[in-house]
Amino acid sequence: MTTAPTRKTPLDAVHRRLGATIAPFAGWDMPLRYGSEREEHVAVRTTAGLFDLSHMGEITVAGPAAGAALDFALVGNLSALAVNRARYTMIVGEDGGILDDLIVYRTGEQEFMVVANAANAEVVLSELTCRVAAVEGADVRDDREAYALIAVQGPEAAGILARLTDTELDGLKYYACLPGTVAGTEALIARTGYTGEDGFELFVAPEAAEALWEALTEAGAAHGLVPAGLSCRDTLRLEAGMPLYGHELTTATTPFDAGLGRVVKFDKNKSFVGRDALAKAADAAEADPPRKLVGLVAEGRRVPRAGFAVVGTDGTAVGEVTSGAPSPTLGKPIAIAYVDAAHAEPGTRVAVDIRGNAEPYEVVALPFYKRAR
Amino acid sequence: MSNPENLRYSKEHEWLSASEGGVSTVGITQHAADALGDVVYVQLPDVGDTVAAGETCGELESTKSVSDLYSPVSGEVTEINQDVVDDPALVNSAAFTSGWLFKVRLADEPQDLLSAAEYESFITSA
Repeated sequence: MTTAPTRKTPLDAVHRRLGATIAPFAGWDMPLRYGSEREEHVAVRTTAGLFDLSHMGEITVAGPAAGAALDFALVGNLSALAVNRARYTMIVGEDGGILDDLIVYRTGEQEFMVVANAANAEVVLSELTCRVAAVEGADVRDDREAYALIAVQGPEAAGILARLTDTELDGLKYYACLPGTVAGTEALIARTGYTGEDGFELFVAPEAAEALWEALTEAGAAHGLVPAGLSCRDTLRLEAGMPLYGHELTTATTPFDAGLGRVVKFDKNKSFVGRDALAKAADAAEADPPRKLVGLVAEGRRVPRAGFAVVGTDGTAVGEVTSGAPSPTLGKPIAIAYVDAAHAEPGTRVAVDIRGNAEPYEVVALPFYKRAR
Repeated sequence: MSNPENLRYSKEHEWLSASEGGVSTVGITQHAADALGDVVYVQLPDVGDTVAAGETCGELESTKSVSDLYSPVSGEVTEINQDVVDDPALVNSAAFTSGWLFKVRLADEPQDLLSAAEYESFITSA
């Protein structure tokens, strides 16, 4: 068997210098952690963490009909998005199955940047190219090589960034973005993230990434900023109840299955890919609730993992874990799971089959963690 | 990282202390602890259990994965480290000292274990 060589981000040398544990992720060599992933997690919750997310896939859709093209290609109402605002949305197949979850930034009246998960970037690019081709006046551009992506996440993020930019960060709301300059580097400054904390994502030219990383590290030193890897990113998003493609979201699930039907905008009054299938899925979800995505909190200390069965008190399977980890904030194992509607009520006692042992768990509403605002 | 000279090592990354009155201490190496990441749960054999060289006798769970614990020797478990059960992070912070896992009364002379130097070259060649 031969494996394709993994790609390296523009910050690869930095990670190696920092002694990161590096592992292949979605075809990229990515830093999992620099020291203790638990400490990195706690830093993001209490001070700030610095992430390299350059594996994410940027795709630009531009032209007078760019908004209309995205309305057709995606489930959201992107033409209604204001310039310099961002939206969480999805791309689905004709059958309504989720191909990826996305963040779309409107970077101009006629320009949008679609950010796809690394593992799905190729699929999203080819689907977008195909779908947008059906609309006159819009073009798709593969910008994956055009950007490095650095995130600063945590309660200290704004204070750190403010040292390096003249952009008025107080005016930059959650899910807003603005072109600006950070430490002398042109960047798209976005107040978005995947940690459940306040924070920023900075899209910059790859050749500027290392200098920006160093500048942020220096500016962040007094604020308790630490480099943070993908391992803590996963536990942070899990505590925040955010879905991860390949776990909670797959081609076999619709947005309604995942409890995210709100991202589907039927009222945009246009045809869009997957509309008919999603209309049926919405009705089905209303009439006969399918399995629901819930949180599970452990009473014991064994950690549930993706694929483990959730069982009822009588031992019959009632669902399946999609993500699980020890929660640094709660101090006990947590999981996200699909369970049938009869077992989805918060407070329901279930068990997770962990290597043959029925470990007791309690159903809770998501998210596990919500930051104080 | 340095692997203490006075210990012997298995290819499953456990260490074994020199026997004192027929009893040796078992732990996992710092190399293994670093590879696991933060250990959050340790399941050890019970005192009185018989363990067999090369066979699983417990598990170590970290943020990302769970790994079997293999006994490097055969014998009877005489003591377990309750501190590490209560605070599994000791495995990461002090793998060769206070992060020890259990003590075993040796049934046989340990076989096929590596010296510190041999273990060092084993992990660097892997």
